[in-house]
Amino acid sequence: MSALYQVADLGVDLPLPGGLLSALVPGRAARLNILSDISLTLQPGQTFGLVGESGSGKTTLARAMLGLVRPSAGTLRFRGQALGAGVGLADLRRGVAMMFQDPVASLSPRMRVGDLVTEPFVIHRIPMPDRRARAAELLVRVGLSPELAARYPHELSGGQARRVCVARALALNPALVIADEPTAGLDVSVQGEVLNLLADLKRDAGVSFLIITHNLAMIRHTADQIAILYLGRLVEAGPTAAVFAAPAHPYTASLIASEPNPDPRKRRADLAIKGEIPSLLRRPGGCVFHTRCPKALPVCQSLAPELRELTPGRMVRCHLGPDT
Amino acid sequence: MSAPALNVTDLRVAYGPLQAVRGVSLTAAAGEVIGIVGESGCGKSTLAASLIALTAPGARLSGRVEIAGRDILSLPEAARRPLRGPGVAMVFQDPMTAFNPVLTIGQQLCDFQHHLTLPRAERQARAVAMLARVGLPDPGLAMARYVHELSGGMRQRAAIAAALLMRPHVLIADEPTTALDVTMEAQIIHLLRALKDDHQGAIVIVTHHLGVVGELCDRVYVMYAGEVVEEGTVDEIYHNPRHPYTAALIACDPAHIAGQVARLPTIPGRVPDLTRPPAGCAFAPRCGQATDLCRTTPPPRVRLSATQTALCHAVQP
Repeated sequence: MSALYQVADLGVDLPLPGGLLSALVPGRAARLNILSDISLTLQPGQTFGLVGESGSGKTTLARAMLGLVRPSAGTLRFRGQALGAGVGLADLRRGVAMMFQDPVASLSPRMRVGDLVTEPFVIHRIPMPDRRARAAELLVRVGLSPELAARYPHELSGGQARRVCVARALALNPALVIADEPTAGLDVSVQGEVLNLLADLKRDAGVSFLIITHNLAMIRHTADQIAILYLGRLVEAGPTAAVFAAPAHPYTASLIASEPNPDPRKRRADLAIKGEIPSLLRRPGGCVFHTRCPKALPVCQSLAPELRELTPGRMVRCHLGPDT
Repeated sequence: MSAPALNVTDLRVAYGPLQAVRGVSLTAAAGEVIGIVGESGCGKSTLAASLIALTAPGARLSGRVEIAGRDILSLPEAARRPLRGPGVAMVFQDPMTAFNPVLTIGQQLCDFQHHLTLPRAERQARAVAMLARVGLPDPGLAMARYVHELSGGMRQRAAIAAALLMRPHVLIADEPTTALDVTMEAQIIHLLRALKDDHQGAIVIVTHHLGVVGELCDRVYVMYAGEVVEEGTVDEIYHNPRHPYTAALIACDPAHIAGQVARLPTIPGRVPDLTRPPAGCAFAPRCGQATDLCRTTPPPRVRLSATQTALCHAVQP
């Protein structure tokens, strides 16, 4: 089985927003490293979860995968074809759709729902004989009434807006949908509906999903594979159940332990992790996590650990062995 | 016995035809942390705003909101203002907009103490001490910073410091961790828990996140469609929920489900239109156990234990 999307040794540097001087002196703009050494493989028909705190580079990775930011290192392959060489951006964006984080902000307030969900056909110049019928079909597919086609985004509830974004992403029958925080801001009862819809689409239409989130409780039930990012580095990856059962990286372990427990009999007395994620401008040397790591060794301050394979498909970037 | 820090009796709030809060009664003793839980549109934010008499213009309020025995709703605006701060203080969901962006944190923390007749140096010292108490590293430096220069977690700590500077009888925190990452959320929960022990007043946590309630609260009020449908200790609510809505809400929380499931539970249906509240139980259209009685007659509030009540036809004491 060939991989659907392969990211190999990806690095992304973005220009620092400079002052007036750097704007006047060309070629001197400082660049800030956001991501480096990211390798992931997405298999067809799977849900892949990308987990990390704000500032970990999750969204930049998604943007790079869509060709919205230019990588500074590494290769991206969609269905075996290298991005840029074998597959052009238009083809890529027909095969990979994006659901942005804020559904209301990503829907034009001046367009009706029917026009919004069929807009991808217009953008990609794909003939669409009956726009109204196509809109109705897409809305039904995500569990909405076709009558919603006449509404404007502000007339939708949070859950409905989310479904419209799903319909829009599915319009061109993509192989992969990248969903950035698909349930942020939704109530728990509605969150389940949206996630079940994604699970149905995966089962019935074979759509693969890349879900970007910091909600561990949600991703545990949704993803087949997960990868954990910290400050632009992949710290751990593997099958979801295995990672949750025995997190190999201290950061993964602290994240799981930080999740508030609704059971008052299981209150945590201590803090799993102290401090906050450092700024990208002050990336720690050595292992990026050593400043917050409860198990840091002297070597962690000077030497950056390599990503190593624990068992097939299970990767970790940490100096600590299984027994330390 | 002195009056409880917070005592709300039959509070009703309406915006035009919309009845956002429909007869809520609750109480919080000094030193207690109560949680107000519910989904969007259940009226919890309107309730929180009423507790400090800061509802949107045009809201019609009735009932009583007593802060240490004084009904804030019956007072004229001029008499309410001195109660805000020492009587009741609020921490908002988004600390970025809670502070003035063009003044430093230090200037604002000093200004907030205007009702205390203290010399400026002493106000400054209190502010620095409070910032240190809430865990801001280098509080002296933080005083000179503007709100945009702080991270999300640090802003929320500064907002909590601002509220606690007033030594309020009642501290209201409206979704205090919703805007934060999970590691920051854990730290703010940890901080609020530590503050609970040396803060003399009551703490009211308004949230949709059951994890925050489980970690932090002593007692819980579950709201649905503008009403408190169940109240109890946090243990009763989580381990022995009696109202079908409470049970469904807990069942939906992915954090509650052990192991991996293919399909997540949901609550079918929608919240009722509160411009025309239903005649019977507001949850009846979505409730698996609803009978004709539920659809026609408002449910009674049934006392289940010394601390637990439920608004339901189907529960028996």
